Amino acid sequence: MRVSRMMHVRACLGTMLLVGAAACHDTPPPVARPTPPPPPPPTTAGTRPPEPPPPAPEPVMPPEPIASDSVASRSLDDLNRASPLQPAYFDYDSSDLTDAARGVLNADAAVLKRYPTWVVTIEGHCDERGTKEYNLALGERRAVNARTYLISLGLDANRLRTVSYGSEFPFDPGHDESAWSKNRRAHFVITAK
Amino acid sequence: MRFFFIGVACAGAIAVLAAQNSPAPQQSSQSEISYSISTENGVPPHYAVPDFLALTSDPETVAAARMIAEVLWNDLAFEREFDLIPRDTYRTVPQASSPTDVPFDRWRELGADGVVIGTVQKTGNTFHVEMRLFDVKNRRVALGRVYDNITLKNPRAAAHWSADDLHEQRGLRGVARTRLTFVSDRDNERLLDTVERRESKNVYISDYDGANQIRVTPGQRLNINPNWSPDGKSIAYTAYGSRVPQILISNIYLGTRDTLTDEKSQAFLPVFSPDGTKIAFMSDRDGQMDIYVMNRDGTGSRRLTTNPAADSTPTWSPTGTQIAFTSDRSGSAQLWVMDADGLNQRRLTFSDSYADRATWSPAPFNEIAYAARSGPGFDIRIYDVTAGQSHQLTNGEGSNESPAFAPNGRHLAFTSTRAGKVQIFTIARDGKGLTQVTRSGNNWTPNWSR
Repeated sequence: MRVSRMMHVRACLGTMLLVGAAACHDTPPPVARPTPPPPPPPTTAGTRPPEPPPPAPEPVMPPEPIASDSVASRSLDDLNRASPLQPAYFDYDSSDLTDAARGVLNADAAVLKRYPTWVVTIEGHCDERGTKEYNLALGERRAVNARTYLISLGLDANRLRTVSYGSEFPFDPGHDESAWSKNRRAHFVITAK
Repeated sequence: MRFFFIGVACAGAIAVLAAQNSPAPQQSSQSEISYSISTENGVPPHYAVPDFLALTSDPETVAAARMIAEVLWNDLAFEREFDLIPRDTYRTVPQASSPTDVPFDRWRELGADGVVIGTVQKTGNTFHVEMRLFDVKNRRVALGRVYDNITLKNPRAAAHWSADDLHEQRGLRGVARTRLTFVSDRDNERLLDTVERRESKNVYISDYDGANQIRVTPGQRLNINPNWSPDGKSIAYTAYGSRVPQILISNIYLGTRDTLTDEKSQAFLPVFSPDGTKIAFMSDRDGQMDIYVMNRDGTGSRRLTTNPAADSTPTWSPTGTQIAFTSDRSGSAQLWVMDADGLNQRRLTFSDSYADRATWSPAPFNEIAYAARSGPGFDIRIYDVTAGQSHQLTNGEGSNESPAFAPNGRHLAFTSTRAGKVQIFTIARDGKGLTQVTRSGNNWTPNWSR
């Protein structure tokens, strides 16, 4: 339908031009010159039915699926605040245990033997100088090496879980070696007592 | 599709359903006029995008008419397919009173080959937007589109649709309707279950240009590594629930969430396969960090790497037949690649002391971008898979990490510390057009929707 209208417009234009040219020969130029082509009427826009725009991004948050640790954890929090287990620190981009780290872990092992019901999570942390993604792998290896060493000292493997936090939670938010050295660590959290 | 909605007893989800089933767009039996405006010597045509016409005089429509033109101009400028005439030079051109009354002579004086004339009309609680590209020389419509159901809250959507249609007409897949997802600590929420001072991190989404930043994850938790499903309706991510990181999928328009892994082992860095049926990820379930693949519902997990070193950060090739990843089996973090079944593992990067977070560009570019150690921080480098060589994209301004290709391969999102905190930026693959996308809090690990 639109095509036929367009052809009609073109045919009219052609006729006007022909009339104008013919007029030149025989008679004085006409006062009125051919009008410029009419602007396209608004409906000539191609209007293919567009797909509906995507819904406005309004994510619907489902309820928190994972329950917070129970109220009983409050006493655990008090215990962890007292930090009976010291963190072991690592060298830059390394998960090897230094002599200093072994010394700390020896002391931690003694505490864990004195309280045989405690279950701990060993968190592996990194400084900000590695990439976010690779730090998740590096943090895990630090936690695993600390755990392996504690097991070698006679602790029950079932009491020791590991988790990597990569560089998500620096202990010191600074951006120098003093901060970084504190952030490369295996950190202990008592999760049951 | 409807099937999945049934039984979701949640007011929010029902509201979403209503939005998706809002009145069908206006049907039209007219055939389409569409032709590409040509220029001599093949130089990009000059386009002008004046304010759209508000057909209703309420302030909302008037504001939308201006905003759509501004956003459309930016969308077109982002892709650099057209030579755009700056909008502040249009002041002398009278606004067309209707699409039939375009002052072509004035646009021609400004050097415009094409001018985009749009109208905005408020109809109930949506905008009806019409967009026409006029060929200035021939005074003809070269492309026309109608967009119904543009929400009053987000008239930018009409600009993004227009931009993608104008690009499509020239055979280019624009990214104006694509989105980013990333992690942010902007909420300043205290994390649960810890005595150390720690703050929650949440998954956010935004338009590709940073507009409409919306939080996706609830709760005072640590949520990281977001990755879009290819259909743009879901985001897989790593969630630290009760200390053990697991892989979850948030179905952002349904208000539902799937948990794919259990608490027996840690799982990180999920990435959807290009067909959306599988997820590659990193886990310690066999005692060390390796790459695994599972079905989208969490079943059928298979181990792909077994090397005692850490294998991490998988990314799929655009066809889904290969997976690039990071391994430190050579002594430092380097990029490796393997077939999607774990066979033919081989090292890709040799000239960097540290390389991580591969992102594989779609065709026609066969490139892998990554973060490479560069002085005290990182820079984004691009590895040409065919040539086997890398070149640098960023040059030491701050530390630059976590690149993610746009679905047309012409842009990347990445993080940089160049503006102070860690923020998301976008940049063209030739290093031009650096744009800061986030400004609130710290923001990490962007991923670009397909």
